[in-house]
Amino acid sequence: MKLDAGIPSGPIEQAWDKARFEMKLVNPANKRRHNLIVVGTGLAGGSAAATLGELGYNVRCFCFQDSPRRAHSIAAQGGINAAKNYPNDGDSIYRLFYDTVKGGDFRAREANVYRLAQNSVNIIDQCVAQGVPFAREYGGSLENRSFGGAQVSRTFYARGQTGQQLLLGAYQALERQVDAGQVTMFPRSEMLDLIVVDGKARGIVVRNLVTGKLSVHIADAVILATGGYGNVYYLSTNAKGSNATAIWRAYKRGALFANPCFTQIHPTCIPVSGDYQSKLTLMSESLRNDGRIWVPKQKGDKRPPNQIPEGERDYYLERRYPSFGNLVPRDVASRNAKAVCDEGRGVGETGLGVYLDFSEAMQRLGEETIRERYGNLFDMYQRITDENPYKVPMRIYPAIHYTMGGLWVDYQLQSTIPGLFVLGEANFSDHGANRLGASALMQGLSDGYFVIPYTVGNYLASTKLGKVSETGAEAQAVLTSVQQGVERLLAIPGRRTVDSFHRELGKIVWDDCGMSRTAPGLKDAIGRIRALREEFWQNVNVPGSSNDLNQSLEKAGRVADFLELGELMCMDALERNESCGGHFREEYQTPDGEAQRDDEHFSYVAAWGYTGPGNPPELSREPLEFHYVHPSQRSYK
Amino acid sequence: MKLTLTIWRQKDPGAKGKFVRYPMDNVNPEMSMLECLDVLNESLAERGEEPVAFEHDCREGICGSCGFMISGVAHGPLPATTVCQLTMRHFKDGEELVLEPWRSRSFPFVKDLVVDRRAFDRIIQAGGYVSVSTGNAPDGNAIPVGKEEADRAMDAAACIGCGACVAACPNGSAALFTGAKIAHLGILPQGQPERDRRAVRMVAQMHAEGFGSCTNIGECTGVCPKEIPLEVIARMNHDYLYGAWRERRQVVTTIAPATDWEFGKK
Ligand SMILES: Cc1cc2nc3c(=O)[nH]c(=O)nc-3n(C[C@H](O)[C@H](O)[C@H](O)COP(=O)(O)OP(=O)(O)OC[C@H]3O[C@@H](n4cnc5c(N)ncnc54)[C@H](O)[C@@H]3O)c2cc1C
Ligand code: SF4
Ligand code: FES
Repeated sequence: MKLDAGIPSGPIEQAWDKARFEMKLVNPANKRRHNLIVVGTGLAGGSAAATLGELGYNVRCFCFQDSPRRAHSIAAQGGINAAKNYPNDGDSIYRLFYDTVKGGDFRAREANVYRLAQNSVNIIDQCVAQGVPFAREYGGSLENRSFGGAQVSRTFYARGQTGQQLLLGAYQALERQVDAGQVTMFPRSEMLDLIVVDGKARGIVVRNLVTGKLSVHIADAVILATGGYGNVYYLSTNAKGSNATAIWRAYKRGALFANPCFTQIHPTCIPVSGDYQSKLTLMSESLRNDGRIWVPKQKGDKRPPNQIPEGERDYYLERRYPSFGNLVPRDVASRNAKAVCDEGRGVGETGLGVYLDFSEAMQRLGEETIRERYGNLFDMYQRITDENPYKVPMRIYPAIHYTMGGLWVDYQLQSTIPGLFVLGEANFSDHGANRLGASALMQGLSDGYFVIPYTVGNYLASTKLGKVSETGAEAQAVLTSVQQGVERLLAIPGRRTVDSFHRELGKIVWDDCGMSRTAPGLKDAIGRIRALREEFWQNVNVPGSSNDLNQSLEKAGRVADFLELGELMCMDALERNESCGGHFREEYQTPDGEAQRDDEHFSYVAAWGYTGPGNPPELSREPLEFHYVHPSQRSYK
Repeated sequence: MKLTLTIWRQKDPGAKGKFVRYPMDNVNPEMSMLECLDVLNESLAERGEEPVAFEHDCREGICGSCGFMISGVAHGPLPATTVCQLTMRHFKDGEELVLEPWRSRSFPFVKDLVVDRRAFDRIIQAGGYVSVSTGNAPDGNAIPVGKEEADRAMDAAACIGCGACVAACPNGSAALFTGAKIAHLGILPQGQPERDRRAVRMVAQMHAEGFGSCTNIGECTGVCPKEIPLEVIARMNHDYLYGAWRERRQVVTTIAPATDWEFGKK
């Protein structure tokens, strides 16, 4: 398929203005005649539903939690970037754009990233006006910090709870529209399929998670903001409910899936402690601002950390990357942690951990300052590990955190199915092969507050939409197929629990499609995933019934989709014969072990199309062009 | 370690509920309360029994999904901790833990340990926001907010909407939750224009939902995982009193509580 992103011509600084001017507008009196569906109430979906409601559209908004306020965005800790340049330290829209393209290892679309950097400024204003309690200076102005390796201070934050506060801002705006009658909220409702009529997205099929009832919802456009698919790895920093079902089923209805193998591993998480473990806890990246990362120089050194003298410690990031030190980007920090652990120098009981040490910072700044900066994170660490990080260094290890891949969208955030728009982590758009810290919150809100309100209007004003009914043949056919899918899962007379399949899948993708990948490993993984999927459909045990709250059934549907997506991730990783960002193929590295891109052959977005059950997916390529930031080998030395 | 979990099992609001005892032999002290339930649920599923339904998502103490009573205490014995972050090392070997759902007439029962907390969403709908549509905002630094004010607003804004305060209160009051939002927005300059109306409408909605009245017992703040201070209730009462006087000519409408899970019907 030929992919046209529809990037406006002319200088990048004016692209978004030009696009907005060229867009068709919906007459204000007509807006209330348009029904829109928004699936997801995270930063992307919540902000979109609220804003579209404010504009006068009729919005139906769905989430699987009991309240829209609980979307996974709530858990983001560190902060949100914006090119405000309040600290006067040299930031600008252009610099944020530049850093994001470079940080993404030249696999993102320039025009999208530029628009993101432009919108970042408005996001902060909007959130402040909503009453988001950002950190302040004594004089009353907004405080910034440097985050995730940026050399300017452009990150706005609200204690260690930035995602929570931004989400509550969007949630409150959403509830205001619910009160105003513009948005109807459907909590505890899971989208299980997309309805496509005459080639256009016209509705969804939803399961009520309390009553089990399936229902059809018809609209003029469907907006998916259902988050990332990191839980394919079973253990991740994502919330337990995060899943790929909505985007996966849209993929099976014809939307292309872009760069599935671009996944991000976060370097600072609490290490795994046992096989009952259900998720991994992130320790905010901001800790790397003051903490120093090290392992013993000796292999298998089992002494407690404070008995290892200074001279026998290897501060490996400071040693290898003198100018960025502990603040190198996430992919680089994660890979280096894995490397030292693979050498046998990892710490903690499992040997899968490195130290993050604050003793020097505490000497320099005093314990009080450290407490003020990171108190809640230290408390959280202590609560989980029972160790006091003021006294002993933290132990950390990388974990899956974010997925840059997602449904392919054009400049208007429209997928390859007309009328299906995709926002936030669910799309592939802005982060290339690696996302910079504090940029996901920015993207979600940019998409929801400032992009979709324009582009969906343009679509509605320029498209002729036929009448579609809930009881029509197309909708009913999708409903029936969802019904059969649910019944099929419950009917399998199997013995293995859903979680045990999920865990096994997670281990396969973590080992072979995680921090580093090889062609033989990926081929092997594909075979094992296929076998596991086959076993799943023979031998999974889903207790309970379909007509009440059945959490096993919910999980089973999601794991069934992960079992297919996992394979596509491996195929994508295998096809991409280069290393870039979070995708590290061992065969492609520089002599000193850094990722080796191959721009000549792989400067494109890999977008996969579904071709029917059992058939291999079809690959389409969107070539990437760089007119402003010229691809170079990233160097953080 | 060994533990016994005695759990409230009830299939739906119409069914008869009962406590069922589940002895657990192999509890790792490092696991969280919810991971302990995962282990139990795996074994139930393997035996072909239906797992215990409980609510959870982030498992980091921030989404507010999780929560139930552990031997009579909302979120269990550890202060400032949700059940998803409560590790088993805080219990004694051989202990029996009694798990039951939040009990409040304003949180209708759903299944096992799950209840319906949509009343909280409706309290927010009644005014827990600043009415500023997208695109209307002045520059972020055009509204200075002193550090201390910002910190106090943040203290109140930290509420995760879990409902433990209601479950712990002998009156079943939602004053801590409602007060937290009224305080968060009422402290900030952005929240001033709607301050009176917000307090009046949110308090009216709280009563319409059937939550009890606050008599200053303080159980709520004791179990609150975010340690929301009681002073937010004083602030709510203050704003309500002034607001009720100044808004005395306004008609206050409330939102009808939803009683079922059929959505979208008008
Ligand atoms: C621990 C952690 C910390 C982070 N910290 C930061 C940070 O400091 N800065 C930063 O920029 N980024 C951070 N991130 C990343 C960032 O939080 C996410 O990328 C972002 O919040 C995703 O937002 P979203 O709106 O796209 O999706 P989500 O917030 O994941 O929301 C998804 C929504 O979709 C709904 N949904 C999903 N599937 C269905 C379905 N089938 N039917 C109905 N509804 C459905 C859910 O109910 C939910 O409402 C962090 C991530 C994690 C895991
Ligand atoms: S006030 Fe505390 S206990 Fe009550 S809902 Fe908020 S966080 Fe939970
Ligand atoms: S699961 Fe999110 S607060 Fe406990």
